[in-house]
Amino acid sequence: MKVLHDVSIEMTEGETVILLGTNGNGKSTLIKTIMGIVPPNQGEIIFESEGVQINLVGKKPQEIVNMGITMVPEGRRLFPQLTVEENLYLGAFRREARQNLERNLSYCFEVFPRLGERRTQLAGSMSGGEQQMLALARAIMSSPKILLIDEPSVGLAPILVSQLMTSIKEMKENLNLTVLMTEQNFSQATKIADRGYIIVHGKIEFRGSNVELSGNELVKQYYLGT
Amino acid sequence: MLLFLGAFLITQNFHNQYYYLAAFTVLQYIILSQGWNILGGYTGYVNFGTGAFFGVGAYTSAMIVKTFKIGKSAPFLELPILFIAGGLVAALLGLGLGYLTMRIKGIYFSISTLALAFVTVTIILNIDALGGATGLYIIRPRKIPFFTNYMEFLFLVMVALSIFAVAFARYIENSWIGRGLSAVRDDEDAAECTGVPVLKLKVFATMASSTLMGVAGAAYPYFVTFLEPISTVSLDVGVNSLAMPLIGGTSTWAGPLVGAVLLGIIQQIALVTLSPEYSLLVIGILLVSFVILAPEGIVGLFRKFRASLKK
Repeated sequence: MKVLHDVSIEMTEGETVILLGTNGNGKSTLIKTIMGIVPPNQGEIIFESEGVQINLVGKKPQEIVNMGITMVPEGRRLFPQLTVEENLYLGAFRREARQNLERNLSYCFEVFPRLGERRTQLAGSMSGGEQQMLALARAIMSSPKILLIDEPSVGLAPILVSQLMTSIKEMKENLNLTVLMTEQNFSQATKIADRGYIIVHGKIEFRGSNVELSGNELVKQYYLGT
Repeated sequence: MLLFLGAFLITQNFHNQYYYLAAFTVLQYIILSQGWNILGGYTGYVNFGTGAFFGVGAYTSAMIVKTFKIGKSAPFLELPILFIAGGLVAALLGLGLGYLTMRIKGIYFSISTLALAFVTVTIILNIDALGGATGLYIIRPRKIPFFTNYMEFLFLVMVALSIFAVAFARYIENSWIGRGLSAVRDDEDAAECTGVPVLKLKVFATMASSTLMGVAGAAYPYFVTFLEPISTVSLDVGVNSLAMPLIGGTSTWAGPLVGAVLLGIIQQIALVTLSPEYSLLVIGILLVSFVILAPEGIVGLFRKFRASLKK
């Protein structure tokens, strides 16, 4: 089935871009396509690094991770039967990340002290909020340049969502990341974003800055349901 | 090293042949269950077709013995050649299985390995060059320098191979490969997202596992001296090498080792005191009770016990 029809988005280094849309509009599909998990029928995904342009279409997920693009999948997708520490190690599977393992690990425990306290606990036995922290930390372990975060707020209490957004912002600034985040939680997501897109039925219907998004009619119509 | 030296001294001073035969079987199962555990335990792909890999290793080695007759001119060189050849052919079969079953998971993978065992039996039965249903006779070299009996030499080689198998499994477990395999076991899609090369690791695990099984098989012809498809590529081999790691515990290298030694010895005792049929029954009963009462095996029980002591 064709899910994405007319999607063109771009990000420049150091930006935080959000992709807004309700369920079933193609947000997760777009992220999976960038990661090479779902192959696109047509189109290009260009990644530019140090002046060299690479088309990501046709590359395997592991090759894309090797280029420094990592995703935090929807619903966290941790390894529930492995410990927190083992989950983090697995985030650093690519060769370049293994060299920075110790540094990244201590950084993760600094941002999320809870994970440090629970390093030997099984990931599946933690609360939803802690699991989301672990999912983010696992992605950070791969020393990414670009972080794709798919609906981080799913199933979390509002206070946890706002803490999470603060952590994402903090990590982005400390590690010089470029972030693409899909969200349904409009107000929380616009707080940390520079720009955003609204996707409706697989088409980008609106693009604009943070402020433009907030006052937009489409947002009200499709998104807030008024 | 010490173990190996100890085993060497035993062969020099102790000559009751029955114990060597019994020990051979136990050692063979150490190799088989370590091999099984790389795919079944670390990666989570349950293989019922150990017999196929074991049998392919055995038949490869028997054919080399029969065709090239290196045993007489170079008795110490022959076994390594047999092991390498048996391991290689089994690894190729593993590679084929790995690619064919790439996208099959869980129970469907297990069924396809079961099918592989039956296909292998049928193929061997219908190829006259492999002896067909009549089987193949393999004559053991009568004499070997430094040892009073060939069986004692074979025993010593099996000790060395078992040590290698345990060390190999242990190395994999503690390396990045082992980490990646446990990710594949836990959630294949998540592993893919994290950048773990799932496909490569799966094919690697299948090949490493089948190589060990093939090597174990390569020693078999000289042990039985008569090779016949139905008892070689048998379900007994498959069930035993699955039951031993499960009973011992699949999460670490110690599990298959403990399971193989314990069950292997119990089975040998049952074989002598009761009957061959009962020896398999023992395995069956133990397997069922462990799956129900202690799903993490003996190693898991031991860990729980140690944890409760600390408290």
